[in-house]
Amino acid sequence: MVKYLGKRIFYIILTLFIVSTITFFLMKFMPGTPLTNQAKLTPGQIHQIYKQYGLDKPVWQQYLVYLAGVVHGNFGISFQFSNQAVSYLIGSRIGPSLIIGGQGMILGVLVGLVLGSLGAVKANTWIDTTSTIVSILLVSIPSFVLAVLLQYYLGLKLKWFPIADWGGFMYTVLPTLALAASPLAETARFMRTEMVDVLSSDYIELAKAKGLGKVGIIYHHALRNSLIPIITIIGPLTVNIMTGSMVVENIFSVPGIGEQFVKSVLTNDYPTIMGLTIVYCAMLCVVLLITDILYGLIDPRIRLSGNSN
Amino acid sequence: MADNAKPISAGDFKPVTAGDRGNLDNEKISAPSLTFLQDSWRRLRKNKAAMICLVILIILFILAFGSSFFETHNPNATNPNLANLPPKIPGIDINGFNGTLDQSGTRINAYAQAHAGNAYYILGTDYLGRDLFSRILYGTRISLEIALIASFFDLAFGVVYGIVSGWMGGRVDTIMQRIIEIMLSIPNLVVMVLLILVLKPGMSAIIYSIAITSWINMARLVRAQTLELKNQEFILAARALGESSWKISFKHLLPNLSSVIIINLMFTIPTAIFFEAFLSYIGIGISAPQASLGTLINDGQKNFQFLPYQMWYPAIVLSVLMIAFNILGDGLRDSFDPKGRE
Repeated sequence: MVKYLGKRIFYIILTLFIVSTITFFLMKFMPGTPLTNQAKLTPGQIHQIYKQYGLDKPVWQQYLVYLAGVVHGNFGISFQFSNQAVSYLIGSRIGPSLIIGGQGMILGVLVGLVLGSLGAVKANTWIDTTSTIVSILLVSIPSFVLAVLLQYYLGLKLKWFPIADWGGFMYTVLPTLALAASPLAETARFMRTEMVDVLSSDYIELAKAKGLGKVGIIYHHALRNSLIPIITIIGPLTVNIMTGSMVVENIFSVPGIGEQFVKSVLTNDYPTIMGLTIVYCAMLCVVLLITDILYGLIDPRIRLSGNSN
Repeated sequence: MADNAKPISAGDFKPVTAGDRGNLDNEKISAPSLTFLQDSWRRLRKNKAAMICLVILIILFILAFGSSFFETHNPNATNPNLANLPPKIPGIDINGFNGTLDQSGTRINAYAQAHAGNAYYILGTDYLGRDLFSRILYGTRISLEIALIASFFDLAFGVVYGIVSGWMGGRVDTIMQRIIEIMLSIPNLVVMVLLILVLKPGMSAIIYSIAITSWINMARLVRAQTLELKNQEFILAARALGESSWKISFKHLLPNLSSVIIINLMFTIPTAIFFEAFLSYIGIGISAPQASLGTLINDGQKNFQFLPYQMWYPAIVLSVLMIAFNILGDGLRDSFDPKGRE
């Protein structure tokens, strides 16, 4: 276990190193400098600003400085957004993103599990059809369309929830609903397939033959065994939530890192983009590691050997 | 009882003729023999939802790619005098299609107000007076082009990568898998955004970013399947006969991988369409004045409260595209892999 953990953490560090290297050089290849349009500056001033940002050194020195900074959690200073340190910018914005992302994930997975298992238990009835239609619709309708519709109908027309801004639980409801759609649909689809599989297996037949009640069979045998593979889709679901949060946070003006990422992309704020890229990768790596460990703990047949297959 | 039995004489027997033999032959297979693809097609045809989606997709394809031949309005031509006109179809007098707008409770004729004369726009115009219908068709065309390009890279990179990695095994496989693992731990969207920033937003940047990100899932699935097939007898036989690796992968591996490939392809397509719309929506995809479903939705969303049709129609087309590809994908999976459901 310790050996496995060490190996995985080594790979995570390697991944983050490669990602930060690639982003650094991509940003260096980007045409123009932050001062391209500042014709009023004298060469002396430009030189001074370059020195302030460390842009006067050769690229390899800038790279080493950058790497050393990343190790210490220092991603440089934002070109836009009032010269704040990127790490401060991210630190102050990661909270709201984690809240709506976490809520969306939990809500989506729970409702998806219920919907998917209902569909499997009542296979080929109207319940099954409804759950399939709901999951197809939610997986197909893009998050930005869904978010706008939620905002308009639940926020503006029915006035149930505030339409935008941040501050308190009520403000998180609409973004959470918008983010929950994709994990909900994916979980429901996956759960239905798994559960149909499990329900036709021998040990369910045995339980039936023993005369166990239907509820007992579904709860103790079918549900528990179909839950295990669900853990494997948590990683991809996290990616969906990250992607979704970029537009959902924008639409509901949630002060999170997704909104910041889009803003930085639109204003060419390279240090912030680089910092957020690394943060996104780190979060995803940690989620993947946790799900792998959980998978091994819950299902002892899977051995954590470190090499796939 | 036995006493009543009719005595059997030689005249009761006669030789079997060629004509009788056909009826007697119980071993004959009466159903026509079907190839794998024919069999899957037969199962797919029974799936009504999937067939409806297939028809919808074919219609959308024809409309989108044929639109350059019959479009009545240029999708990029602006006409500020005729801006924000609601949908109007001559001869139909239903609110929402008769060119009237709801303004503080009363319906007013927006076309008469704008002195539009005989002009009409089936789905109305946007804030610059551009015809929404031709813009939606143009946007659909972009989405479908992206879909085709994504499937091409999925096939060209993903399948080859998967086969090579699975077939070669050993160190090559390990290195190739490490690369995939690293790619997997970066959210696709982040990779796309970075690439698009470097390459300057536009169609080609989107294509490159899709090329780099879309094939990974395909490669993993194809590799897993290749590993399974590799140890089967027919491959062993082909090797024993001295076939080259190339020929084995084309003649023996690919046909056996086809269901995995086709099914996964059907799920790459909606993802690619979604990413294009997403990037255009946040403003770094297809740039103005070109239309994409994402930019149309973004434009329409600003006026959603007063001119809801400007967002509804592109949003509906995009959702229908995604739903159709998803349902068709589900249907294909069921028809290629009949033990999956039922």
